[in-house]
Amino acid sequence: MLANLTALLSTTLRMATPLILAALGGMFSERSGVINIALEGIMLIGAFTAMAGSYFFSPWIGVLAAVIVGMIIAAAHALVSISFRADQIVSGTAINIFAAGITGFLLRLIFGDAGQSPSVQDVGTWKIPFIKDIPVIGGVFGEQIPFVYIALILVAVSYWILFKTPFGLRIRSVGEHPAAADSVGINVIGMRYIAVIMSGFFAGLAGASLSIGLLDLFVKNMSSGRGFIALAAMIFGRWTPQGAMLAALLFGFADALQMLAQTIGLTFVPRQFLLMAPYILTILALTGVIGRSTPPAADGDPYIKEEV
Amino acid sequence: MKKWKGAIKLVDKDISEKKAKYLQKQNLVDFIVPIISIIAGLIVGAIFMLIIGAEPIKAYIVLWNSSFGSLRGFGEMLVNTVPLIFTGLAVAFGFKIGLFNIGGDGQFLVSYLAAAYIGYMFQLPMYIHLPFALVAGIIAGGIWGGIAGYLKAKLGIHEVITTIMFNYIALHLVGYFTSGPLKAEGPLPATPKIFDTAKLPRFVPTMRIHYGIFLALAVAVLIYYILWKTTFGYEVRATGQNPDAAQFGGINVARNMVLAMFISGALAGLAGSTQALGLEYRAYQPFGFVGYGFTGIAVALVGKGHPLGVVLGALLFGVLSRGAMMMQSMVGVPKEVIEIIQAIIIMFIASEYIFKYLARKWRERKGGVADAS
Repeated sequence: MLANLTALLSTTLRMATPLILAALGGMFSERSGVINIALEGIMLIGAFTAMAGSYFFSPWIGVLAAVIVGMIIAAAHALVSISFRADQIVSGTAINIFAAGITGFLLRLIFGDAGQSPSVQDVGTWKIPFIKDIPVIGGVFGEQIPFVYIALILVAVSYWILFKTPFGLRIRSVGEHPAAADSVGINVIGMRYIAVIMSGFFAGLAGASLSIGLLDLFVKNMSSGRGFIALAAMIFGRWTPQGAMLAALLFGFADALQMLAQTIGLTFVPRQFLLMAPYILTILALTGVIGRSTPPAADGDPYIKEEV
Repeated sequence: MKKWKGAIKLVDKDISEKKAKYLQKQNLVDFIVPIISIIAGLIVGAIFMLIIGAEPIKAYIVLWNSSFGSLRGFGEMLVNTVPLIFTGLAVAFGFKIGLFNIGGDGQFLVSYLAAAYIGYMFQLPMYIHLPFALVAGIIAGGIWGGIAGYLKAKLGIHEVITTIMFNYIALHLVGYFTSGPLKAEGPLPATPKIFDTAKLPRFVPTMRIHYGIFLALAVAVLIYYILWKTTFGYEVRATGQNPDAAQFGGINVARNMVLAMFISGALAGLAGSTQALGLEYRAYQPFGFVGYGFTGIAVALVGKGHPLGVVLGALLFGVLSRGAMMMQSMVGVPKEVIEIIQAIIIMFIASEYIFKYLARKWRERKGGVADAS
């Protein structure tokens, strides 16, 4: 029983990690007023890049490469949707299609396989002294993949950035009322670029956590909707870091339940119901059935400076 | 007085001439931007082919021949085109009222299941059974889209978010039914086979192309008629142009949004119904999205939201996806190149603003007077 509980909670934490990371990315982007549904595609490219980096160099170079490539792809989204004023959803969709194409293409080109990459070295686990010896808690937090700890730290860092620094205030202001922000001298376009590129950092890291954290290889289309679940977690968490983390943990718990359903004797609930729970909960959160969540006021609107 | 009237006439004439010129230019832009985008997509595709040492020209000849080189290939290309006409129309119809239906894949799936269910559950004469199954699919997809329309109209929840969520709810729901309560005996996770009376007939038994293509073309004409020849269509377009003005002008914006999203969902649903009734003859457990909904976005963009354009766009992407397999097997170009080409086309069309901006800069440099557009 206790072993089951430990397994369930530690799986929850692991499954929630990519969601937490990507949700933080989505949050920065949307707080600045740019919808980023390209999270899904950036995660996929990040996952591939991390695997390739680990294959040719080392796992941590893979992580670094994933983050850099993630920021580059996000910059493309920023360029097209902020400067070229393309529809943000259309641009995101194009990046998602591109991501599926380019990763599949490179998988075939480099590894000659359509389905998955060979096994590469993963980032391993980190052991936390003392904590790992405490019962249950030790089993959950004591030894995890590094991304788990990185994600939890980044939640705190993101909270600090967004709510305690002038930089965070600027991001929030260009997402709520860009014209007002502009009138007090904030560079709306510049802030949005930075925020969107930051979202690429997080989504790239989330991708790396999939391929060389949770697994040790890349599987075609392995993000399989996690970018969209992360979007859901961000909304469910009301566009705040701590909220997104809690939502991601809840969604991760649903995921862990369906993975361990056999072991813990939870066979009377069809696994598909657990899989769709995050989406239903998000819709309910939006409708206000479980506390209304409201997006930033200028979310999705391109900013066009009034010419006087 | 007379002079004054004359002046007004002169101004009127001036405005209408300017307007006609503007519209002409607008039509030209509507036409040129997709063409440039397609060419750009093909060039980028060619670059990727060169990287892997394949010959782009040869590959594109294979691409062309795979659809137009034989009757069989042409038929298979049309098989790919049918669902894209429906999902393209679905996205285009949403665009017209200013809503982005990104949920085509979910609407596809619920209709796919609903049509298959009616197809095997009932035994009826064909002239009742087939329409019944199609209508069931229309209603299922319509409800799936309509809910998003309702949430948008009543609570202002962004339809992109709800339709994404409903995609995944549909994926797992259809997965549950096809592997659980509605699963046929045997190892396959799929519903039982539908009766012959519910099948969309094929032209010739040896080819997979079915009468769904006529249905798709008829629906495209119907959508054109609804949008440009009916009051409802006028209201939809007016709402899309300016919802506040439409509301002020006495149009029931909320009701139209729900109805438009119902229609949009029903259109994407028809892609699923025809897949079940014309091709697969049952509903299989989905292991992810086929992506017709997302490709529908590209189709609608290439077609500039016009039903005729949508049909042409669907043909383009039908040719591309048909050619993808052949290019892979015959010239060793990974079929994923087609996805890259597709993404580039979407990016370019979406960036229409930059085309207009560059054109204006170019005219300015030539010394002409920049116009207001």
